Amino acid sequence: MAKAVESSGELGTTSPRPLFAGLSDISISQDIPVEGEITIPMRSHIREFDSSTLNESVQNTIMRDLKAVGKKFMHVLYPRKSNTLLRDWDLWGPLILCVTLALMLQRSSVDSEQDGGPQFAEVFVIIWFGAVTITVNSKLLGGNISFFQSLCVLGYCILPLTVAMLVCRLVLLAEQGPINFMVRLFVVIVMFAWSIVASTAFLADSQPPNRKALAIYPVFLFYFVISWMILTFTPQ
Amino acid sequence: MATTAAPAGGARSGAGPEWGGFEENIQGGGSAVIDMENMDDTSGSSFEDMGELHQRLREEEVDADAAAAEEEDGEFLGMKGFKGQLSRQVADQMWQAGKRQASRAFSLYANIDILRPYFDVEPAQVRSRLLESMIPVKMVNFPQKIAGELYGPLMLVFTLVAILLHGMKTSDTIIREGTLMGTAIGTCFGYWLGVSSFIYFLAYLCNAQITMLQMLALLGYGLFGHCIVLFVTYNIHLHALFYLFWLLVGGLSTLRMVAVLVSRTVGPTQRLLLCGTLAALHMLFLLYLHFAYHKVVEGILDTLEGPNIPPMQRVPRDIPAVLPAARVPATVLNATAKAVMVTLQSH
Repeated sequence: MAKAVESSGELGTTSPRPLFAGLSDISISQDIPVEGEITIPMRSHIREFDSSTLNESVQNTIMRDLKAVGKKFMHVLYPRKSNTLLRDWDLWGPLILCVTLALMLQRSSVDSEQDGGPQFAEVFVIIWFGAVTITVNSKLLGGNISFFQSLCVLGYCILPLTVAMLVCRLVLLAEQGPINFMVRLFVVIVMFAWSIVASTAFLADSQPPNRKALAIYPVFLFYFVISWMILTFTPQ
Repeated sequence: MATTAAPAGGARSGAGPEWGGFEENIQGGGSAVIDMENMDDTSGSSFEDMGELHQRLREEEVDADAAAAEEEDGEFLGMKGFKGQLSRQVADQMWQAGKRQASRAFSLYANIDILRPYFDVEPAQVRSRLLESMIPVKMVNFPQKIAGELYGPLMLVFTLVAILLHGMKTSDTIIREGTLMGTAIGTCFGYWLGVSSFIYFLAYLCNAQITMLQMLALLGYGLFGHCIVLFVTYNIHLHALFYLFWLLVGGLSTLRMVAVLVSRTVGPTQRLLLCGTLAALHMLFLLYLHFAYHKVVEGILDTLEGPNIPPMQRVPRDIPAVLPAARVPATVLNATAKAVMVTLQSH
């Protein structure tokens, strides 16, 4: 699927500020003036269709989208106070991560008692409904972030936990025992902390300053549940 | 409909739909509505809509071109350009009208601004309310104040779910983890919403002065005691400790809720009925949570320590005392699976 967003993102940094850009300074917290197209009116998008991205080859599109996703992964792995995830949000990354995690958490054995089927759906539903709940909660608390931006950030911040899942899977190839468990516990705890720090770096600025803790707490619970699922996974 | 709700948040969002887009950009007054008009503003959003629009515009242009091509070659460019532009404008207007209607319908039904005033809390307030939920107040002659907020109760319910899941950290439960997770969420939310509604109904019968929101908030904060007890006893598996905590902590939070209800009810029979029901349900729920989700650990302790079952403390189970260690997990799992199936079937 072609995405004009990338070209607009790149254009946005070099072209003169669009018409209502001044409004974005009012709406976001004062420390970090957000640049870019959070409040761009529709008009400025139409001009991008002259350089249509629908005509390019599929490979170009896919490579561009993958690069965008990869860039955001880097932002999550090294969380700084940046607005890339908020500005050019997309849901491809969260989808890839969610599907990967759900596939890895699936039981490998097909037993009458242990049905591998529901695991995928459970993980999927928990991740997406958890993210929606957190987003609704942060909006109700007076947050200044759009629905999909929040979903994007929460989804991307699952990346450390997906890495933890990979590591756990590898560790589980070795013989089981308390050492095995301690290693996995340590990895999961570190990645859990990383996820929370990453999502806090992105989400905290959109909340009113005295309510940051109220908005971060459900994020903590959400990643805790996912970490629990990862930690207690054993293939049989 | 949303504007009939007294809080200012509802009234503000109803103040003129054409300015709805502007209002969202102003700080603090942001509507919590998922505003479809502004969904376009974040880059990458509704690209399909843009793509559709573009396709439609192109089709219109192609049609206009095809129509123009049928005419004589003597037509100058101005005429063809004019026709193309007209059709483009018509398409644009149709699109705008349709989108406006859809977003208006959407914002009418999906207006979560109704809930906004119930989430208007500060962390200090939440903290003090959590602590107060453990302190029963003696003054029952004057109706006690109940904070009508939903953030604290909602977070406590989610915390309870997380603690329940954590309590099943022994490796043998993970095989049914999917169903157990759904069960945990269903149990906690079912208790909170169901018992609140039931007690509200009883309160209506007993002429107690309490609203549904207050009941939800009261019961939600009452779950704080449950969270503490379960968190401690899932990590320290001592039955005596559990009973002590059950009486102490559970009792305190129940007493608090009972005191609030008593202060709002008139008449000894009504008070007895209402508070007795609430106390029984609240304490029994904690008992249920502990035992229903604790069976796995019990089973393992049983097989490790031998069958020295103290009277009336453990549920007799069908795990034979002599088992090779390797086969314990499967059998314990079976017992757990059976327990879960029984629980699910009885729901």
